[in-house]
Amino acid sequence: MSSTEHIQVRLNGKDRDITFGHTVQSLLEAIEINPLAVVVELNKQILGRDRYSDFDIREGDTIEVVHFVGGG
Amino acid sequence: MTTTDLGATAEVSQGLDSPLEIAGVKFTSRLIVGTGKYTTNQIMVDAIRASGAEMVTVAVRRVDLDRTREEAILHHLSSEEFFLLANTAGCHTAEDAIRYARLARAAGFNEFVKLEVIGDDETLLPDVQATIEAAQILTDEGFKVMAYTNDDLITALRLEDVGCVAVMPLASPIGSGLGVVNPYFIREIKRRLEVPIIVDAGVGTASDACLTMEQGVDGVLMNTALAAAKDPVRMAHAMKAATISGRLAFLAGRMKSREIAVPSSPKVGMLD
Repeated sequence: MSSTEHIQVRLNGKDRDITFGHTVQSLLEAIEINPLAVVVELNKQILGRDRYSDFDIREGDTIEVVHFVGGG
Repeated sequence: MTTTDLGATAEVSQGLDSPLEIAGVKFTSRLIVGTGKYTTNQIMVDAIRASGAEMVTVAVRRVDLDRTREEAILHHLSSEEFFLLANTAGCHTAEDAIRYARLARAAGFNEFVKLEVIGDDETLLPDVQATIEAAQILTDEGFKVMAYTNDDLITALRLEDVGCVAVMPLASPIGSGLGVVNPYFIREIKRRLEVPIIVDAGVGTASDACLTMEQGVDGVLMNTALAAAKDPVRMAHAMKAATISGRLAFLAGRMKSREIAVPSSPKVGMLD
């Protein structure tokens, strides 16, 4: 058995298994998202960009990563 | 920001028109354009530049973590070149619209939001009750709300009452290209409200934009009319000219129309 523990989260509408121990900041880095180009909502709470490292990702968390796209 | 840095249009610099001012921000173009539905990002950028618009609308959506969809719009449009107006398009409740507006503000560009709460998927007509409710809450939170609404005077008055910085009645349904279906109510809304009136949605071609501006409104917002034209860049030039034409014609004050011919040349001095 691997010693790495996984947790399940809901990320942008999809269930994902990620390794335990991530902060929002490290998760964004792991999925190759530039933290400055997005806005993150954790369990419906919008996070300030300077606080991504303060929030640990926990089992069952819902994370939304959004940005601007074309629209009218 | 008190004025945009894109250079005054000839009309403003020549004193033929004044800038469009929304909540203290001045724009020399009275045309606002969307960024959706273009076939390529390059055509979008070229068309927007050709339109002369300074304010452009954008939508808030999930990042595609599988990277199968288009890239973020800000890869193509600089927030230094354009004033970004985030919308709440696609939202069907006040709660959703507020959530999207807060996400947009967290992106850190400005406090403006184009509030849009859809009440019916077939016509995309607004849910005016939810729009007023969301406008009230967002205004209390410090947002500068530009509210998309229908051409109903009472709703427009309520939106102004709750603090919207601009009220944006539709010309006709979103994406329809039907033009201004009710110029009389557009004029009434303009006559009765103090805040800028931007006609939003329904313009199909240049004459629609011109006719819209001839009603005396402060600006016009369009997306599909450019994006769905066969040649969006050429249409953007046409819309720029039409918006200016309609505005100047309104300011100039048209002649009275009458159902009788009146000669333009003197009746006297004719030869025997």
